Amino acid sequence: MALPKKDILLEWYRQMVLIRRFEERCAELYQRGLIGGFLHLYIGQEATGVGAVAALGEQDHVITAYRDHGLALARGLDVNAVMAEMLGRRTGVSGGKGGSMHLADRDLHMWGGYGIVGGHLPLAAGIALKIQYMEEDGVVLAFMGDGATNIGYFHEALNLSAVWELPVVWLIENNQYGMGTSVERASGATELVQKAMAYCCGPNGRGMKKGPRLDGMDVAEVYEGISEAVEHARKHGPILVESLTYRLEGHSMGDPQRYRTKEEVESFVENGPIGRFRSFLCDKYKDIESTLDKIDDDMLKTIDDAVEFAENSEVPTEEDLISHVYVE
Amino acid sequence: MADRPITIREALSSALREEMHRDERVFIMGEEVGVWGGTYAVTRGFLDEFGAKRVRDTPISEMVIAGAAVGAAMAGLRPIAELMTINFAFVAMDAIVNHMAKVRYMFNGQFTVPMVLRTTSGGGKQLGATHSHAPEPIFAHFPGMYVAVPGTAYDAKGMLKAAIRDDNPVMFIEHSTMLQRRAPVPEGDDFVLPIGKSDIKRAGDDVTIVTYQKGLEWSLEAAEELAKDGIEAEVIDLRWLRPLDLEPVFESFKKTNRCVVVEESLPMFNVGSEVAAQLQNEMFDYMDAPVKRVAAMDVPLPYADNIEKMALPSPEKIIAAVKEVI
Repeated sequence: MALPKKDILLEWYRQMVLIRRFEERCAELYQRGLIGGFLHLYIGQEATGVGAVAALGEQDHVITAYRDHGLALARGLDVNAVMAEMLGRRTGVSGGKGGSMHLADRDLHMWGGYGIVGGHLPLAAGIALKIQYMEEDGVVLAFMGDGATNIGYFHEALNLSAVWELPVVWLIENNQYGMGTSVERASGATELVQKAMAYCCGPNGRGMKKGPRLDGMDVAEVYEGISEAVEHARKHGPILVESLTYRLEGHSMGDPQRYRTKEEVESFVENGPIGRFRSFLCDKYKDIESTLDKIDDDMLKTIDDAVEFAENSEVPTEEDLISHVYVE
Repeated sequence: MADRPITIREALSSALREEMHRDERVFIMGEEVGVWGGTYAVTRGFLDEFGAKRVRDTPISEMVIAGAAVGAAMAGLRPIAELMTINFAFVAMDAIVNHMAKVRYMFNGQFTVPMVLRTTSGGGKQLGATHSHAPEPIFAHFPGMYVAVPGTAYDAKGMLKAAIRDDNPVMFIEHSTMLQRRAPVPEGDDFVLPIGKSDIKRAGDDVTIVTYQKGLEWSLEAAEELAKDGIEAEVIDLRWLRPLDLEPVFESFKKTNRCVVVEESLPMFNVGSEVAAQLQNEMFDYMDAPVKRVAAMDVPLPYADNIEKMALPSPEKIIAAVKEVI
């Protein structure tokens, strides 16, 4: 597969830097007490999110777990409204009622982040069922962590998608740890994409396709791998893909990280997704460095503006508290 | 059109059939709903009539039955997902509580979840402790969903049609031993009952009996016996535990000043607890006796017929409770 044109590659870079700066600022705001609850940062995983979402069209769909900021931004949710959600403002994407783990935008087919591990996987199957039922063209890209592959929801949702041949790309973002428990300590199979074999090979080849195991720190490889997976899902039904990535920060804020060494983390910092892609772009295009620097500066400014927007936004009202429990 | 006596099973079938003809987006998914024809035969013939696209057999996977219905509903379909019995709803509890009931609120109204989760509850068939639950109050605990508990064929049909047409998620709980009960039901597509309206099933001035589903049958039987002793009970069928309509209960209590709550669920943290609490808040000045509750005994239901009966409510227990408050 040929790589997209330069402007697309620059857009990937922009998105990855946007996510990184967004997450760094969120960590600060959390320390200052402006963001509450849990805060699960996407730092280190940007290439997986950006590369995978870039493989989708407007007619396609995204759903994920609680580590959702990066995917929301990659899918094009307004950064101001995402930041406002972090700060619990009524201008937030979920009106300040969802918070960090529950970012959604129905118009952009971003069906949300979900807080219960695996809980969104049946929802992904249901959204895909609607696509099939209405004979639409879309595909659901369902992200999950490595930890989700051990929960019952995973098996039930993947199995149903295989039996019903639903258009879903199941994407395991394997960041090596479910909270503090490594894949080796949590899963019988450690090459997680092997789990596709439990739902494959029905009559006439029906069932789950075992997809590739991608280098999730390489945005271009993720883009190519997911593009092919999306194509498969559109034509033939479900496919399971694994993206090997790494979470450079703790599981959530305040994680003492006793389960891994500093050296291990450092080894991934050196080979992080943004630096790697920057080097790639600099090798490929002469004189691009100043363009990249400008993107870096612009993204800082974008985040400053987003924080300003959020801080100047109203907090939810008593009316907001009781609205949208039911359809009136 | 004229009313015709039909069973609860027929009432449910005709409600489903009419609504599926009415709206292409309505479909059924669940265990044994298609080829088998429904374990309670409610969807017998549906597979032939509507095809496999709209009558969808699922694996034995309650978590994804409930959860995929939520996703399909969010995306614009109108699923009727069936959990064979409410005992299996515990397996699907997260999908029901955290997703079906909450996605609308959590995302500030961006999504609607127009689905019905149909299931059957109830003991009394010697099915042992894990297959004999009547846990309706648990599901009524959560804002964001409705809970329907019909006790007659008339209500079953009108309420199920209302549930399918409504844009909110409804847990629709039928009683597994009542499907053959017969009552006159209006014919025709237009018969739809309002959501969240309780119903006075028997008028009386001496005591208010508040109940639903199987409790209704026991209560009406008890009321007939009590009438022989000159005690006229007013029997109010809640029909919905959410929205909970206690206005007719309050009105009734103003004249009777006495109340007994009857239900098959367990005796702690149940519908009776809620009704009693609201009565003492709203009707304290009218209260002439403590509110009595008749429910199952506080034990898991056993297998042996004689002690299972002992554990469940009965007309006799209701009569005794009424006589304590009169």
